[in-house]
Amino acid sequence: MKNLLVLGAGTAGTTLVNKLRPLLAEDEWSITVVDQSSEHHYQPGYLFIPFGGYTPADVVKPQAGFIPDGVTRIEGTIDEVIPPQNQVKLVDGTILDYDQLVIATGTSPRPDQTPGLDGPEWGKSIHTFYTLEGATRLRAALDEFEGGRILVHVTEMPIKCPVAPLEFAFLAESYFREREMRDRVELIYVTPLDGAFTKPVASKLLGNMLDERKIGLEADFYIERVDNEKRTVVSFDEREISFDLLVTVPLNMGADFVARSGLGNELNHVPVDHGNFLSKDWNNIFAIGDAADLPTSKAGSVAHFAVDIFIDNFLPHIRGEEMPMKFDGHANCFVESGDGKALLLDFNYEVQPLPGKYPVPVVGPFSLLEETAVNHYGKLMFKWMYWNALLPGRKIPLPALMSMAGKKEADES
Amino acid sequence: MTLATIAGHEVHVDDEGFMTEYEEWDDGLAKQLAINIGIDLTERHLDAIRFLREDYLAVGETPTLRRVTAVGGIPTKELFQLFPKKPAKKMAYVAGLPKPVGCV
Repeated sequence: MKNLLVLGAGTAGTTLVNKLRPLLAEDEWSITVVDQSSEHHYQPGYLFIPFGGYTPADVVKPQAGFIPDGVTRIEGTIDEVIPPQNQVKLVDGTILDYDQLVIATGTSPRPDQTPGLDGPEWGKSIHTFYTLEGATRLRAALDEFEGGRILVHVTEMPIKCPVAPLEFAFLAESYFREREMRDRVELIYVTPLDGAFTKPVASKLLGNMLDERKIGLEADFYIERVDNEKRTVVSFDEREISFDLLVTVPLNMGADFVARSGLGNELNHVPVDHGNFLSKDWNNIFAIGDAADLPTSKAGSVAHFAVDIFIDNFLPHIRGEEMPMKFDGHANCFVESGDGKALLLDFNYEVQPLPGKYPVPVVGPFSLLEETAVNHYGKLMFKWMYWNALLPGRKIPLPALMSMAGKKEADES
Repeated sequence: MTLATIAGHEVHVDDEGFMTEYEEWDDGLAKQLAINIGIDLTERHLDAIRFLREDYLAVGETPTLRRVTAVGGIPTKELFQLFPKKPAKKMAYVAGLPKPVGCV
């Protein structure tokens, strides 16, 4: 009997075990998944909580309900992977042996990594919506906000769902307009990037959307520390911006056990082959989803497409054959833009987001790089899809690799 | 990709002027590249540049600012003083490496 051990039952880990279990004979392969929580969170839903669109009940379900029969679920905290011995040690001392290991423990916000960010103002005038607890607290903070300057801030790339802070800025703008107090709120988007986003066409469009909404942009801002007394953020090149409310995306880092096990880079993300997710050091360790160091978005859509590629490769891999499929970094993200509209981005390692229709060329129904109400409904509908189709590993008719069909080359000038 | 003449050498560069051929770079070119962006290269600049070159060779990617600090051991504050405003991009330019990938 051989063991496949999956660390983490988030989007990637859960989808993976659901898709793989029917393909591996139960008398040949056992599958075990380890996670430190009993809950599964629909993380894209955090964004809507501060504005009252979702409540915590919308985004949390018991994890066990998504793990299929024939897969053992262990609730526990991982201490260390010991690759030479093909073992994983849990904090409670349990030793788990593996023949093949998949690291799918994601990436997490780490406010402790920026001096002053988790100081006395944390939870008072400093908030994040990157955790359920933070998003819930931020809802109250927005409710009570009477006016002043709000900074929507990104510490450093990469972050999970890189469009989420922009969406937050758009939704906040719309929210304060609806409360008829937009004139008393100054919004500034503060980013380490040199524009609103990373890829040129989308960056220009999203930058224009900030302008139209009179949201300021402070670019190339690489934060050094937060001054809690003065309520300012200070950059390494000594710019200082004051705030009444700081909505930050803290540094995102992979799990600490990844570093302890010698498997991570400086952000505890696991260096892997960008095409097949195999560790650069070990032939029986994969990292998939946000835990890997792929140069594409850290997002559920990527995890979903990546798992499809992984499944096609895993059976040949355990037979000792070459892995036939190569991932292209395919990602797509809905971008909420406020007032019941959204945009959709579709891109990969090589091709930046371009305008067009998705998933069916010309027909859509979704419009790429364009604000429409249909895109917004797509984003809301996705929550149902996530719980009922994606996590259980049902077939979703979206190809894993990106297609150029239906896209228009954009004029970059 | 086009050819440019820098410090008397013909080298390949992309449309933003970043060199594209690892082997075409040398210390003399670095000096001229630095001058192009208003930097007078010192030994301390070169420490950072050498780390970038070595790390690129080992990893296959231009290191991020965090990596130059965490692995290369040069404080971020100092990198901003050596290569003002956009250190990651400027270091890559002087080191003759691809522009760091804007992670998305």
